[in-house]
Amino acid sequence: MTTTSGKSRLIDEMKAQSGQDPNSCYQCGKCSAACPVTAALDLMPHQVIRYLQLGLEDELAKSKTPWICASCFTCAARCPRDIDLARMMEGIRLSVLRCREGNKFGPADLTPEQLEKLPQQALVSGFRKYNK
Amino acid sequence: MRYRYFPGCTLKGQAKNMEDTTMAAAEALGIELEELSEWQCCGAVFPLYEDELISLLSPVRTLAAAEGEPLVSLCAACHHVLKRAQELMKRSEDARTKVTDFLEVEYSGEGRVLHFLEVLRDDLGFDKLAEMVKKPLEGRKAAAYYGCLLLRPSKVMQFDDPENPSIMEDMLKALGADVVKSPYRTECCGAYLSVTEEGVAADTVDRILESARNAGAELLITACPLCRYNLENCARSDGREPIKVYYFSELLAEAMGLSVETADDDSSKEEVSQR
Repeated sequence: MTTTSGKSRLIDEMKAQSGQDPNSCYQCGKCSAACPVTAALDLMPHQVIRYLQLGLEDELAKSKTPWICASCFTCAARCPRDIDLARMMEGIRLSVLRCREGNKFGPADLTPEQLEKLPQQALVSGFRKYNK
Repeated sequence: MRYRYFPGCTLKGQAKNMEDTTMAAAEALGIELEELSEWQCCGAVFPLYEDELISLLSPVRTLAAAEGEPLVSLCAACHHVLKRAQELMKRSEDARTKVTDFLEVEYSGEGRVLHFLEVLRDDLGFDKLAEMVKKPLEGRKAAAYYGCLLLRPSKVMQFDDPENPSIMEDMLKALGADVVKSPYRTECCGAYLSVTEEGVAADTVDRILESARNAGAELLITACPLCRYNLENCARSDGREPIKVYYFSELLAEAMGLSVETADDDSSKEEVSQR
């Protein structure tokens, strides 16, 4: 979705709500080198920032990457530009949950065995990630 | 040494033995942990978007309940959320005003927010701890597994060096263990991906365990119930004996000479008693 100025609304929101500016990234790729789950991603972490720079919101909304991101904060720890990519991933997830697809995962999606064994912390944090 | 103590939901459930062993060890070390009355969930994840104010209500309520006294938690996730919520309350007048007005509490970021490991390192001191050890863990090849939430973001958590931490190894050394360093000790275990993306969590866990095994570790310690769950439940079996995973407090209690009785596999029924 673009604003009348032709810029991405997601990016404007991203800057305001996460304090992160995708345009300060110079695509060194350290985040992608640091990420522990790249094998499961369809867009590498540095590519997510590039897509944000280009305002490719629809493509980002379809990507698996923000949902695989586990918010481990390793990318931010290694970024030479001090960008917190985990916050941007959260912004993409929120824009999908709030404006596009609604909640993705709830208690009904868990098996009785998972409910028995999973630590409470996993349930609460999982629901927080996939529901708003 | 007296502290307010925030357990969090998992410490009363799946990770009850982390609480029991910590309480027993703390008593033996002269550390008083006074549980907050009527505490609520920490929120489990720190909200990464600034308009998600509702997720800040429970941690700020907890922080305010400590009344400016040092607040200790054991679960890595609880400590992460409380510490970051405190930093936000200090930093953002907007968030602070909205949250404290809604909760009708006074809180502007005061008080020390500590993980129990920091109490051992900074207030008690590992040298002192070493002197109080009754049953040194001699010959136990132990490795630390830090995971993410205690270390990062390091500017806020200020827990240890995010790339080369030593607090858990220093504790293990004080307990007399044979400390082994594994290169993947600060890598993510997959967190809640074990709920939705089991294959991804299996990859992250396999790498961590393989790295520890290659370093010669026979056991790992962690401070996070979810890390422990993943390390114990998400690994792909390779036919070898799995590496044992413990809460840091279990080894602490053991080295303090406190016996821990485990009822089968149900960790919530574990009992701690003075030997």
